[in-house]
Amino acid sequence: MITRLNHVSIFVLNQDSAYDFYVNKLGFKVHTDAPMGPGARWLTVNPPEQTDLEIALMAISEGMMFTRESAEAMRKLVAGGTFGFGVFQCNDLLATYEELKAKGVEFTKAPTQEFYGFEALFKDDSGNWFSLGQK
Amino acid sequence: MEFYPKVYLYRRIVKAKLFIDDNYANAIELDHIADEAFFSKFHFIRLFKKTYGKTPHQYLTYVRIENSKLFLKKQMPVSEVCYSVGFDSVSSFTGLFKRMVGQTPSAYLQEYIGKQLEIKTIPLKHVPNCFAEMNGWTQKSNFQEV
Repeated sequence: MITRLNHVSIFVLNQDSAYDFYVNKLGFKVHTDAPMGPGARWLTVNPPEQTDLEIALMAISEGMMFTRESAEAMRKLVAGGTFGFGVFQCNDLLATYEELKAKGVEFTKAPTQEFYGFEALFKDDSGNWFSLGQK
Repeated sequence: MEFYPKVYLYRRIVKAKLFIDDNYANAIELDHIADEAFFSKFHFIRLFKKTYGKTPHQYLTYVRIENSKLFLKKQMPVSEVCYSVGFDSVSSFTGLFKRMVGQTPSAYLQEYIGKQLEIKTIPLKHVPNCFAEMNGWTQKSNFQEV
């Protein structure tokens, strides 16, 4: 029986910029930041109150995972906002919305009461989008 | 949709929170923050706690402890960390740190140093195998930067 999810990956265009976005803007904590050889880095962060979930900020680079062509195609898809990676949760959506906006986070949907809940949508610095809901 | 009810209240509370984030190292008077945000002290504390789940004072302590972890990771001496994040007594800082983090500042630093050493020597211990294989990171890789 599977019991928990403890790692998930998000593909980003630039790990330094993603670090700044997730840590300095969203307020996430760095879990592991390990150099893995020339040009490679294992960088994981976690939401402040969910320390057992590591979000790996994965660089899109040519190598084992991507050919040059597929890396280029993936970068275009990410930058174009193709991927929605999940739903984050906060205690107070309106306050979090105002705070993240003040920090420069781009929202594509302001807090809106939908039939399924109260949500906003925002993009990370690469173009990945997330829903933000209220507990 | 910028016109949800009481947007001005949210903006004032958020401004107060960001003020604490930026000025945690200084002696912060919560009366002063409440005045700046145009709230009575009682109203300010009530709204802040409703929004963030902590009173302004509890939040200030939380921010100070979180930032002290960052200073400790830079291997700053505990006493210096204490004053750098706005506490004025090393013993009360150490006690508070232990209560909130579950270990003393020194133990926290030692654990961090141990993890950093492990990352340098056995980096794959911190990477799930599926990710390591996808990236071609194997036990025989040379992880040293050239």
